[in-house]
Amino acid sequence: MNKLKVLSNGIIRENPVLVLILGTCPALAVSTQASNAIGMGIAAMIVLVCSNVAISALRNVIPDNVRIPCYIVLIAGFVTIVQMLVQAYAPVIDEQLGIFLPLIVVNCIILGRAEMFANKNTVGAAALDGIGMGLGFMLALLVMASIREIFGSGTWFGMEIPVLIDHNISILTLAPGGFFVYGLLIALINKMTNGKASKNAEKGCMGCPAAAACGKLEDGGEKEVKL
Amino acid sequence: MDGLLHFDFKGLVVIMMSAVLVNNFVLQRFLGICSFLGVSKKLDQATGMSLAVIFVLLLATAVTWPIQYYLLDANDMGYMQTVVFIVVIAALVQLVEIVIKKYMPPLYSSLGVYLPLITTNCAVLGAAILNINEKYDFTASMVNSLGAGLGYFLAMVLFSGVRSRMEGGETPDSFKGLPITLIAASIVSIAFFGFAGVVDNMFS
Repeated sequence: MNKLKVLSNGIIRENPVLVLILGTCPALAVSTQASNAIGMGIAAMIVLVCSNVAISALRNVIPDNVRIPCYIVLIAGFVTIVQMLVQAYAPVIDEQLGIFLPLIVVNCIILGRAEMFANKNTVGAAALDGIGMGLGFMLALLVMASIREIFGSGTWFGMEIPVLIDHNISILTLAPGGFFVYGLLIALINKMTNGKASKNAEKGCMGCPAAAACGKLEDGGEKEVKL
Repeated sequence: MDGLLHFDFKGLVVIMMSAVLVNNFVLQRFLGICSFLGVSKKLDQATGMSLAVIFVLLLATAVTWPIQYYLLDANDMGYMQTVVFIVVIAALVQLVEIVIKKYMPPLYSSLGVYLPLITTNCAVLGAAILNINEKYDFTASMVNSLGAGLGYFLAMVLFSGVRSRMEGGETPDSFKGLPITLIAASIVSIAFFGFAGVVDNMFS
């Protein structure tokens, strides 16, 4: 497979947050400040690359019917490593991300990529996919966080922005603002791609172990899900 | 941390109220969003999922709290928290599913489908870790988890009502599906700001 395509897939065409609608919890919770978005993005990318490589390398060893528990244990191991590194070298970020740092374990992006990509592809391709998806996650978070920080508190990466600092819409930095900005961004993507993006969303859901029981697919009205 | 049977009723009520209303797990803390957006379309699904979440939350807290204090901290292995908790929760959910399937088929047919969704639901792992971070004792942890579950239930039921109203409305094409759902969630979340002062003023 074309290496560049694997890498760029996650950044634009199958952006995990804005197109595949995965990892919504950290995306909403962490995107209050641009610096948090970068911290979360890097942490998730490291875990994603490591887990993709490990799972791809072990794809012939892990028995098929216990693969999900195996993936979860592997991912949890990497999350613990990242957590310890962050606590040691970037305690500020640890404080800002709080509970969402250990919660990378249950981030659907990581389990989803393991299930959809890493266990079928070579180690090199899996690493590239991890980098691409990780970058896509980070960029999406950065866009969301920039909008919320610039208009919500009038700063960007902590730098004050002349006019906006006096006229900020502080609700954007709170919970409702997160939902609102996220909704607007997805609508914008839908508009730009003429609805093609929401079809890609179905692919994202397939990777989730809970796809059969979840009703998210029904939203597009294109696919019937039996409960 | 002084023993299992230490009751501070007022403190527990405060923990409970703030978990349900002020720091609502879904709408203020952003935990369990995937299932909140996915399963809140119909009221019966929303109720089933919420009941399953409450059940697993209580069970997970009852198991992870002793593990943290009597196994991990006792052996100076606090850093294994994430790994141990997620494995325990996954095993627990699997066990519950098997037991219910075998002994309570009617319950399984109504709640069983939601159980696999719960392993990767961050509300459960989130509550387990929060209870430890906040240094709650066992009773307070259980109350906090119950509050978290009830808060999830409240948000799901409220939001399924909002969504059923939305179906009749006309939405611009690019907002159809998820975007309008998120905007609606944003408005429901604003409603919860109304509770912000409630707990402080009620018990001050």
